[in-house]
Amino acid sequence: MNIVVCGKIIPASTVTIELDPNTKRMVRKGVTHELDPAAASAVEEGLRLSEKHGGAVTLVTMGISEVTIGIRNALAMGVASAVHILDDAVAGSDTLGTAKLLAAAIKKQPFDLVLCATESSDSYSGIVHGQLAQLLGIPALTFAKEVTADGGRISIHRQSENGYDVVESTLPALVAVSSGINEPRYPQLKGIMAAKKKEIKVYTAADLGLAADQVGEKGAREKVLTIGRPPKREAGKVVTDEGEGGKQIADFLAEIKVI
Amino acid sequence: MSEANGILIVGELIDARLSSVTSELLNAGGQLAASLGQPLYAVLLGTNLQNAAQEAMSNGASKVFLAEHPLLNEEQVEAHVTALQQVAEQVQPSILLIGRTQLGRELGPRLAFRLRVGLAQDAVALTVEPGTQRLLVTRPVYGGNALAVVTMKRKPQIVTVRPKVFEAATNDKTTEGELVRVAVEIPNSVVRSRVVERVAQETAGVKMEEARVVGGGGRGLGGPAPFAELEKLAKLLGGAVGASRPACDAGWIDPRFQIGLTGKTITPELYIAVAISGACQHMAGCSGAKVIVAVNHDTEAEIFKQARYGVVGDWRKIVPAFTEAIRELVS
Ligand SMILES: Cc1cc2nc3c(=O)[nH]c(=O)nc-3n(C[C@H](O)[C@H](O)[C@H](O)COP(=O)(O)OP(=O)(O)OC[C@H]3O[C@@H](n4cnc5c(N)ncnc54)[C@H](O)[C@@H]3O)c2cc1C
Ligand SMILES: Cc1cc2nc3c(=O)[nH]c(=O)nc-3n(C[C@H](O)[C@H](O)[C@H](O)COP(=O)(O)OP(=O)(O)OC[C@H]3O[C@@H](n4cnc5c(N)ncnc54)[C@H](O)[C@@H]3O)c2cc1C
Repeated sequence: MNIVVCGKIIPASTVTIELDPNTKRMVRKGVTHELDPAAASAVEEGLRLSEKHGGAVTLVTMGISEVTIGIRNALAMGVASAVHILDDAVAGSDTLGTAKLLAAAIKKQPFDLVLCATESSDSYSGIVHGQLAQLLGIPALTFAKEVTADGGRISIHRQSENGYDVVESTLPALVAVSSGINEPRYPQLKGIMAAKKKEIKVYTAADLGLAADQVGEKGAREKVLTIGRPPKREAGKVVTDEGEGGKQIADFLAEIKVI
Repeated sequence: MSEANGILIVGELIDARLSSVTSELLNAGGQLAASLGQPLYAVLLGTNLQNAAQEAMSNGASKVFLAEHPLLNEEQVEAHVTALQQVAEQVQPSILLIGRTQLGRELGPRLAFRLRVGLAQDAVALTVEPGTQRLLVTRPVYGGNALAVVTMKRKPQIVTVRPKVFEAATNDKTTEGELVRVAVEIPNSVVRSRVVERVAQETAGVKMEEARVVGGGGRGLGGPAPFAELEKLAKLLGGAVGASRPACDAGWIDPRFQIGLTGKTITPELYIAVAISGACQHMAGCSGAKVIVAVNHDTEAEIFKQARYGVVGDWRKIVPAFTEAIRELVS
């Protein structure tokens, strides 16, 4: 089973996010990046499936040159090779532009299964996989908290409002995994060494047959107008427990008549 | 082609009645309709839609489109997308609102793709820009660290709206609206994935999303057993338990109890956050609570900056004492 994992590489969680008032985007250039934890779960799921059913896992990612560190991390986890869509012209792509680029890159190799994360941990649209499946003409199975493959079929447990649904389709298919589906492995030294020799193919939009007006800011159907910080609640009273803490909360709640 | 007109609400049903999210969308859509001077419509999918259609009208819809098809009774995403595409092409609304429910989160991207338009997910506010009449959508980004205002260039402007952000519409409007049946065609070939089993994990007691009091447990609880402790407390107050994402991811409690950006939104009278640090992604799901109280052994925990009342200390001591004090108060 050949598996393509679409994974985003994003500013590391340790980085304090800075917002660029001009581009309305998070400052990415010059910032330390890491494999999105959500994408790491998709990589892990891909590796587990390939260990069980054979076949190679390929990572496809779109991002600036800072993302290489995250690609290496996925390769060190065990991904066989990577495709990096790297092009200034794709900056500011909306989700459809992103999906078009990813679809074109995925089509360059044989695949049975495309794995995504339900939503990225940064821009968090939760849209790309839906569009990607449509562009590739394959069924999409989303919100997977468990994935099993069997011959030419794939089956998932999809989170529902009050439990889960077992959803099945034939391959090829796209599966978007939820956070918590697995615990991604840490790369081992051997993997890290091996990763250095693995191939990273780099494509521009033109390499993928996409014209400049289909991708990037120009092709976008959405526009970000402003960006700002969410409002915070006001802090109240804080006491230290000296044996009376539990009672103090109860008294407070009785005082403000919540109970 | 005529000018796109009208706000179309995609309705969802629970046991043949309008879901609460649908009612919230009718309220949100009604406000947009008023400021744009456009009509408010709803579309319902499935079979036996009459009663729900009446409800939609009393909630303010002047026209309700019925897409009747047995395949639409199931949570079959492709069938819904196919039907909605046909309805949208016929109605040509300027705005189309979908609830950001489990189904809605899947419908939105695919419908937008089919209609060749954009989409904004997880709206927490909707406004009309004076002059341009464009829809401005506020949505959390960067893990809830920021709020972005986005617009969409094409019509319909499709938005999935976060549940519980808007109040439900009041059901006091006239029920004299018009019912329009739309003959939708859903070829069997569109159904390429199948739901083979639905597993409902029933919860005893009140549903978390509807509870007046919610006790939320975090990573600091350290395992599944303490949730039983929290449940005792919540039950005394007629409430329910919830959790942070790490607690769900660790398997201590089912993911359907996750509160936050990628979980559920709750708006209880009282939220009791126990051993939860107060990350913005968690707060995104509970900041609609009237009162938040927190228990955490770290003085610096972010949750104390957002809680009305906080106690610094070990939950192992505080929660049992709190439960005891409540027991005395209620008896
Ligand atoms: C502040 C802000 C607000 C925005 N609002 C909107 C909006 O409302 N509507 C809209 O259409 N666009 C919006 N965008 C643009 C959107 O963020 C970009 O199109 C982005 O390329 C897709 O981002 P995502 O991470 O949100 O994707 P998601 O849809 O959350 O991604 C889902 C999955 O798709 C795969 N994937 C996504 N991007 C990549 C990638 N670069 N490389 C590899 N795999 C990937 C991953 O598996 C990922 O987990 C916004 C951007 C910003 C900065
Ligand atoms: C895109 C994205 C979406 C996310 N969505 C969600 C979401 O929907 N919901 C969500 O919750 N998170 C979400 N997260 C994760 C979020 O960022 C935090 O990691 C998470 O909320 C932290 O959970 P926690 O507070 O339980 O754990 P921690 O941050 O580890 O906090 C545990 C707390 O317990 C306290 N503690 C430990 N032991 C004790 C004790 N004995 N007594 C008292 N206190 C104790 C500690 O002081 C600490 O403050 C998301 C993250 C991303 C990137």
